[in-house]
Amino acid sequence: MRQRLTPSGGLQGEAPIDLQLTRRLYRAMVFARTYDRKGMALQKQGRLATYAPFEGQEAAQIGAAAALDPNDWVVATYRDAALMWAQGYPWELLFAGRTGDERGGSPPEHVPVLPPSITVGGHMVHAVGLAWAEKLQGTSRIALTSFGDGATSEGDFHEAMNFAAVFEVPCVFLCQNNGWAISLPRERQTKSATIADKAVAYGMPGVQVDGNDLFAVYEVVKEAADRARSGGGPTLVEAVTYRRGPHTTSDDPSRYRDQAEVEEWARRDPLERVRIYLAENGAWDAEWQAAIEAEAQAEIDRAIELAERMPPLGPGEILDAMFETPPPHLEAQRRELVEGLQ
Amino acid sequence: MRVLTMAKAINDALDVGLEKDSHVLIMGEDVGRTGGVFRITDGLQEKYGEERVIDTPVAESGIVGVAFGLAVAGMRPVAELQFMGFSYPAFDQVINHVSRIRNRSRHRFTAPMVIRIPYGGGIGAAEHHSESAEAIYAHTPGLKVVVPSTPYDAKGLLLAAIADPDPVVFCEPIRLYRAVKEDVPEGWYEVPIGQARVEREGSDVTLLSWGAMMLETRKAADRLAEEGVASEVIDVRSLVPFDAATVVASVEKTGRAVIVHEAPRTAGFGAEIAATIAEHCLYSLEAPVRRVTGWDSVFPLKRSEHQYLPSVERIVAAAHQTLEA
Repeated sequence: MRQRLTPSGGLQGEAPIDLQLTRRLYRAMVFARTYDRKGMALQKQGRLATYAPFEGQEAAQIGAAAALDPNDWVVATYRDAALMWAQGYPWELLFAGRTGDERGGSPPEHVPVLPPSITVGGHMVHAVGLAWAEKLQGTSRIALTSFGDGATSEGDFHEAMNFAAVFEVPCVFLCQNNGWAISLPRERQTKSATIADKAVAYGMPGVQVDGNDLFAVYEVVKEAADRARSGGGPTLVEAVTYRRGPHTTSDDPSRYRDQAEVEEWARRDPLERVRIYLAENGAWDAEWQAAIEAEAQAEIDRAIELAERMPPLGPGEILDAMFETPPPHLEAQRRELVEGLQ
Repeated sequence: MRVLTMAKAINDALDVGLEKDSHVLIMGEDVGRTGGVFRITDGLQEKYGEERVIDTPVAESGIVGVAFGLAVAGMRPVAELQFMGFSYPAFDQVINHVSRIRNRSRHRFTAPMVIRIPYGGGIGAAEHHSESAEAIYAHTPGLKVVVPSTPYDAKGLLLAAIADPDPVVFCEPIRLYRAVKEDVPEGWYEVPIGQARVEREGSDVTLLSWGAMMLETRKAADRLAEEGVASEVIDVRSLVPFDAATVVASVEKTGRAVIVHEAPRTAGFGAEIAATIAEHCLYSLEAPVRRVTGWDSVFPLKRSEHQYLPSVERIVAAAHQTLEA
């Protein structure tokens, strides 16, 4: 398992990025954690629908996005808000989706990120298609798809990996192995010794990395992205991390796992080790920490305000995005819907 | 003009589509080297190369899901699934992703793609090879569903499907691939999706069908004509959008309707048509609407197919029932 920063902040080998970029990514992880904790709090207040927290997985997501070009495709899941945001998806739209508004799935034109996949595993083949289209059109864009350990048991994981390898498409498969698929532990999900091992069956490289290590994730995903971009085909990256929270706000993990395990993983926090590293290199102090936390709080507060200020879809608008041009039966149903509301 | 079978007309449409737009791709199992299990894509890989006519691994969900990604990124994939029974493994992709990306992204992302599915019985095929699941697709919001019954319509509807900004499920009646021939124009032309075709005008009874059952329906109309009954024959050909206006206008005129399809009766698309007639022209009806359909059974194997498929006799008998009422 690749590791560059130990849980206590010790550097193994060379840092893949300079201090300035490290500070920027640390700040991004602080923003991500602020968003995530806000999401949990807002759901408890009834202001968001079900929320799926990613606390503990910030390095896997921020590190992976940092290794991409700004116009690379990202196809991710309901637990990947940090990854999507880091690739340009605005916080307010991520919140909007969680308030129960379809417009949360509509990022600005320049953002190459699909709305998050809600079904498990079906989206990986989409990344293969996107990456393939870029290859066919001769661009240098690649696609990265993110999924959990549970998704590797889905049939579409197999179909995606197989297609990607056979046609050598420029796609990076990022598995955030966070230990649990709702209540099913990783060891009951697959008999494979590692998830990275599965790559062997498809004839592509598989790399296991400490998913709570920003440097190692960045380095491994960068290698995979470079390989994809230079025509070397797909790679499976297994980022070993931990879902510190429940599966979603509807879940109670005390029914199936020990608190001791959660506490052990809290000691391998992805933010803390970068903070120690920065501090040891004279690039962190409490004042800066307070400043970025305040900035993050302000930005996340602004995002939820924007999301909540968005008026709900107007009468009949639920029918307006089924086709480019609504056929007569939808126009008739729209009239009926609107009349019924009056 | 050339006289072509439906198989050749579909091949011609794909050829014209590939020629006109470099974003058009064909993908599916065995579509390249062998030209497909029904030889529909014959010669196209030779002409356009392996990057545009793509032999895929045996993975229907992957074919549709990857085609979806290709479409979102600007390509125009035409995916072939070998038989309708083999389209079921791809249901998740079609229903959860292809049909709804426009809505879940509020027009930001779209999947302009065609899923070609040979379907229907009457060829004595193995189990799972004779299904008629068009109503399942028609029931899924966000898809267009078309079914040609003539070579001319097959080419024109397929080109319209390739040009369409939304996903289209293109059902190809296997039994008709080589059963009929007609003049088919060269080059690009479109048959608009969403329009039924009044194939024969008449004032006594409206016979409605699509796909391979148009063969029996036409013969039934001939049989009725010999008895002096003037049937109006409508090829529905587009299930979504469904051309209710043409159907309603016809039934208002004839006062009688017989709907023919080979899919099972319960929740078949005939039920939707019957309901449309009841909603819009009940008071024009002289008799109850009749449905002549496959039974609610698994599609039978070769030796019992004749029990299942609607026959000319059953259609004529149903028309008689409406005339005697």
